[in-house]
Amino acid sequence: MNTMNPTVTSEADMPEETLIPLQEERPAETVIEEGKTVGIPFADDPKFRLRNVEVFYGEERAIKNISLDIGRNEVIAFIGPSGCGKSTFLRCLNRMNDSIDICRVKGQLMLDQDDIYHTKRDVVELRARVGMVFQKPNPFPKSIYDNVAYGPRIHGLANRKSDLDEIVESSLRKAGLWDEVKDRLDATATGMSGGQQQRLCIARAIAVSPEVILMDEPCSALDPIATAKVEELIAEMSESYTIVIVTHSMQQAARVSNRTAYFHLGHLVEVNETDKVFTSPEHELTESYITGRFG
Amino acid sequence: MTDQRSQADIVRRSLKKRYRKERRFRAYGVLAISIALGALVILFADIIGKGWTGFIKTTVTLEVVLDSQSMYLDDPTDADQRAMADFAAPIIAALQKQVPEAARSQDLRQLYRLVGTYGSNDISDLLRANPEMLNTTQTLTFLASDAVSVYVKHRDNPSYSVRLSEQQQQWVDQLMEKGVIKTAFNDVFFTSGDSREPSNAGILGALVGSLLTLVVTLAIAFPVGVAAAIYLEEFAPQNKITDFIEVNINNLAAVPSIIFGLLGLAVIINTFGMPRSVPVVGGLVLALMTLPTIIISSRAAIKSVPPSIREAAEGIGASKMQVVLHHVLPLAMPGMLTGSIIGMAQALGETAPLLLIGMVAFIVDVPDGFFSAATVLPVQIYLWASSAEQGFIELASAGIMILLTFLISMNALAIWLRKRLERRW
Repeated sequence: MNTMNPTVTSEADMPEETLIPLQEERPAETVIEEGKTVGIPFADDPKFRLRNVEVFYGEERAIKNISLDIGRNEVIAFIGPSGCGKSTFLRCLNRMNDSIDICRVKGQLMLDQDDIYHTKRDVVELRARVGMVFQKPNPFPKSIYDNVAYGPRIHGLANRKSDLDEIVESSLRKAGLWDEVKDRLDATATGMSGGQQQRLCIARAIAVSPEVILMDEPCSALDPIATAKVEELIAEMSESYTIVIVTHSMQQAARVSNRTAYFHLGHLVEVNETDKVFTSPEHELTESYITGRFG
Repeated sequence: MTDQRSQADIVRRSLKKRYRKERRFRAYGVLAISIALGALVILFADIIGKGWTGFIKTTVTLEVVLDSQSMYLDDPTDADQRAMADFAAPIIAALQKQVPEAARSQDLRQLYRLVGTYGSNDISDLLRANPEMLNTTQTLTFLASDAVSVYVKHRDNPSYSVRLSEQQQQWVDQLMEKGVIKTAFNDVFFTSGDSREPSNAGILGALVGSLLTLVVTLAIAFPVGVAAAIYLEEFAPQNKITDFIEVNINNLAAVPSIIFGLLGLAVIINTFGMPRSVPVVGGLVLALMTLPTIIISSRAAIKSVPPSIREAAEGIGASKMQVVLHHVLPLAMPGMLTGSIIGMAQALGETAPLLLIGMVAFIVDVPDGFFSAATVLPVQIYLWASSAEQGFIELASAGIMILLTFLISMNALAIWLRKRLERRW
């Protein structure tokens, strides 16, 4: 293992965009076997059934033959060094990769009984079912009320003003933000603190009552107190939603998730119960990552 | 220790040098700004110094006896009689009353030249409108002739040559003392169109022409430009065809404006048979000219909308069009407006393409619609600046002042609009 460490470290330091080098450059004694995931990647009656997923950026293969099930009302955390493909994989789940021209997705991705990448699949409907919270808080430069009401409005979920008010209030309550903002719903959202903005984005996502919420490093721009609040929120929301969270903080993964998936250079190396991943990982790469030897 | 100290010395010495460099660098900047400001001050001083007299008119006020006998006119409503009548006679008589020593017919002719050429027309028009005034005495104010006006306003200025005889100069001095010849605010300049006589020429025709032309330009160029920018930025696939279009738009922005004038002449006027000299054609040509500017700046404005906002909207399930209409467009609007105003300012100052489509014609009437013959401010200034009469020199400068005022108020409007749009966000 020592022989390969230097290579891995230098690759892990690369920015996310440069992605993964070709496999041939890796030392011969590599321990990753393509398409082979240790632990318990599959579940009964899953929310997402993902088989042999491959993602290409032009000629580069960013995701290499990953198969995974995501259970109903499960919180699953994706961890791994930078550039390992966890965000790319997450974005396949609501087709946010569509806007990148050179990106191609292969394999079977099922949400319940529906093929996510079916040619007739309506992306708008898919994203109403699979909401997303991003790395940096990105509220619209509008009022707090309009931010939350935007989703219900464009999907026509509320016909009357009173219905809309109700949705806004309940979404803000679920996001634990109602008490802080109920007196200034007309204030612009960009004037709030970073933590409040991120919780507003969560409220905005749940306002369209999705089934799944994808979170792409939701706390990386927040201070510890705001992070704690968001994590608390994730725990509460797990009762009613399936949550997929990408995180760089292993403590966060350990705190909020039921299962943890470890990605490495486009491979899904290990999926296990979170406790198991952090106490006795099965794969040696997982172990070296969580013990801080790289990443 | 010694090593450290010598190093500190080196740093200190180089510091001095660095600060000197910095001061010199700052001095260059100040110098550059002073040159720019100085040029601007000289320009404004020159224009205002030459042009302010354009806002002053010289008038001759006379007690005119509208005597039917001397005018050979019985019935002012009869056009034939009016054509034959001598409307100069009462003016000459009134002038002679003020200047009794002018008795010879040669003197009288000289005296009559103090009043502008349209003096007799004024009496004709007055009598046609009010036939009952025949055989009454009226106090009438006429515009003084160009020569008198130049003498009154510029007799101390060596760059003007006075075209009055010694005799006439004496008379003008006398009449000014009596208060017959006076100067007043030049309302004619703001209420009439062009004229062959400087005292009767006004800017209103060109101003209205410019306004009508710009309305057409804006109505065509803004929606087309913004729509093209949105399509190219948001919907167009990235391929050779869009690359080709992009290169050509950038090239169009650099095409000399006179080419657009030729295009307007060949296509809009000759092929489509639109009339010459009208604001619609001028507006179309200027719209073609400003389109590239608007497209390029609008695309830049769309590009500068942060991708996180797009992602946020897409993540909730907004369709492409909703993302564009609800989020991208409002955020890009201030930038688009700025670009459009720059384009409009360019169009306002443009002369060359309009010369080719006939908007350089001598047009006396103030245009009353998009299809009536008109000229525009810069063309009017060009016409006046190239005229022989001395009175047009100050009018050209005054016209430049009007053009600049128009431009500044347009920019002010743009800034105000931008501020308002930004505040909503």
